[in-house]
Amino acid sequence: MKEKIRIASGQGFWGDLIDAPVAQVNAGQIDYLVMDYLAEVTMSILQKQKNKNPDHGYARDIPELMEKILPQCIEKDIKVITNGGGVNPVSCAKEIIKVAEKLNIKKLKIGVVLGDNIVDSIDNIIEQGCHLNNMETGEEIDLHKDKLLSANVYFGAFPIVEALKNGAQIVITGRTTDTGLTLAPMIYEFGWDKENYNLMSAGTVAGHILECGAQASGGNLMADWQGVENMAEIGFPIAEAYSNGEIIITKHESLGGKVSLETVSEQLLYEIGDPKNYITPDCVADFTSIKVQDLGNNRVKIFDIKGFPETEFYKVSCSYADGFTASGSLTYSWPQALTKAKAADKILRQRLKNLNLQFDEIRTEFIGYDATHGPLAVKLDENLINEVMMRIAVRSKDYKSVERFGRELAPLILTGPPSVTGFAGGRPKPSEVVAYWPALIPKNLVQPKVEYMELV
Amino acid sequence: MKVKLIDIAHGRSGDKGDAANVGIIAYDDKGYDIIKKHLTKERVKKHFEGICFGEVERYELPNLRALNFVLNNTLGGGGTVSLKFDAQGKTLAAALLRMEFEIEE
Repeated sequence: MKEKIRIASGQGFWGDLIDAPVAQVNAGQIDYLVMDYLAEVTMSILQKQKNKNPDHGYARDIPELMEKILPQCIEKDIKVITNGGGVNPVSCAKEIIKVAEKLNIKKLKIGVVLGDNIVDSIDNIIEQGCHLNNMETGEEIDLHKDKLLSANVYFGAFPIVEALKNGAQIVITGRTTDTGLTLAPMIYEFGWDKENYNLMSAGTVAGHILECGAQASGGNLMADWQGVENMAEIGFPIAEAYSNGEIIITKHESLGGKVSLETVSEQLLYEIGDPKNYITPDCVADFTSIKVQDLGNNRVKIFDIKGFPETEFYKVSCSYADGFTASGSLTYSWPQALTKAKAADKILRQRLKNLNLQFDEIRTEFIGYDATHGPLAVKLDENLINEVMMRIAVRSKDYKSVERFGRELAPLILTGPPSVTGFAGGRPKPSEVVAYWPALIPKNLVQPKVEYMELV
Repeated sequence: MKVKLIDIAHGRSGDKGDAANVGIIAYDDKGYDIIKKHLTKERVKKHFEGICFGEVERYELPNLRALNFVLNNTLGGGGTVSLKFDAQGKTLAAALLRMEFEIEE
């Protein structure tokens, strides 16, 4: 049994720095590369792609990435774990096999975690007495069942552990918790007991720190952000895990960025609710128990983490189509930039009203003035404002209203207040609103399943 | 004595559906004593008037010298429903750090 393993974060979201995983593999020693690709909205986007083409529905950056890193991963025995399989992990794995063949790799085993995608068995689940009520509003899902785009169960670390035990070099999953990706190798390598909830929580906390990529190693840092060196070549975080549950967050020395008390603390607080109840499928972690110690040299130790048994439910993330939105902007310059932008907004709204268009909401924000901090923004003397961007967005169940809104924005240039520019890129186009529906499902109603694909 | 929150703390914010979470971290123990005492639920709710339309939840993390606030009904519906420019509440930690308050010397 290994005494310590190094787990590297390779992506914080789908769209993150494409070559970050390449740097993690090449710039120093690691044992695992973990990549989180799935935000809540991502699953519905992937489901739409799969509906159009049954071979799609996963993060298509992955085969391209594998082409760059697979030989080194095999040579150095680095295992890759990612939830980028989306709604089609099997196709993702097939593409990786093709890449391996192209690279003349002779031997490769990929574990594929299935069973999280329940969009086709919703009726069956409801029949079994689980109504998938919205966790936040209590509404029943029957209301939106016909418009469902995706429905996925969040699995935890254990299906991945099973794949690792069976010798997988790469594990591709669908909807797995971000934290499970990092916890799984610790359970596997150290033989941690499923019921040791302190250890489950230690791995989970490490996963939370890694799941947003460089946000734990100097990116988006509010404390002395200018003190972060070489942000251009920022190193993504690495969790150096020990069998006793102590974890050191660090990064490759040769890369940029910074790991400090501040970088780790900011990430620990990111997107959490009640810190004593950080709920995952594997445990409930207590973030108020985490001890943090800066060891210097970009090494921060987290230890003494406490946790509790997991709940009887998996979280389910459903999404459904819920109308359309569009947004566009125009920029007004000094003098009277804000007054002009506000006048343009008023004229546009009057025109939309005269056209009898139907909107659930119209929202205007003045970028450069108060778009981010709203009423908290400092009120400026208008003579000091060089320019203001008027951004207007609409939402409606009626596609035609949203489409027509898109045609009313550009005319303001010749039919509204003066010194206006910035209308590039054509008319704002309607895009579909994907509403998100969080629910719970008893664990016994869904079973994760691990399949394998092999080159031998 | 007037204290500017930005001088004694940093933070990070993000989204949880239609709620935003704002984590505020004091730079030292003295700073934590100040935020623990003065950064009350009521004060934060009042600060975000016109931004946060729901309940404010407040949690203490003395181990990180931090407070976590959950601002319900804040992001215009959240996700792709929201029409807000900052639909994920990424800039709300900075917005909270604008706060100033009086403390005893």
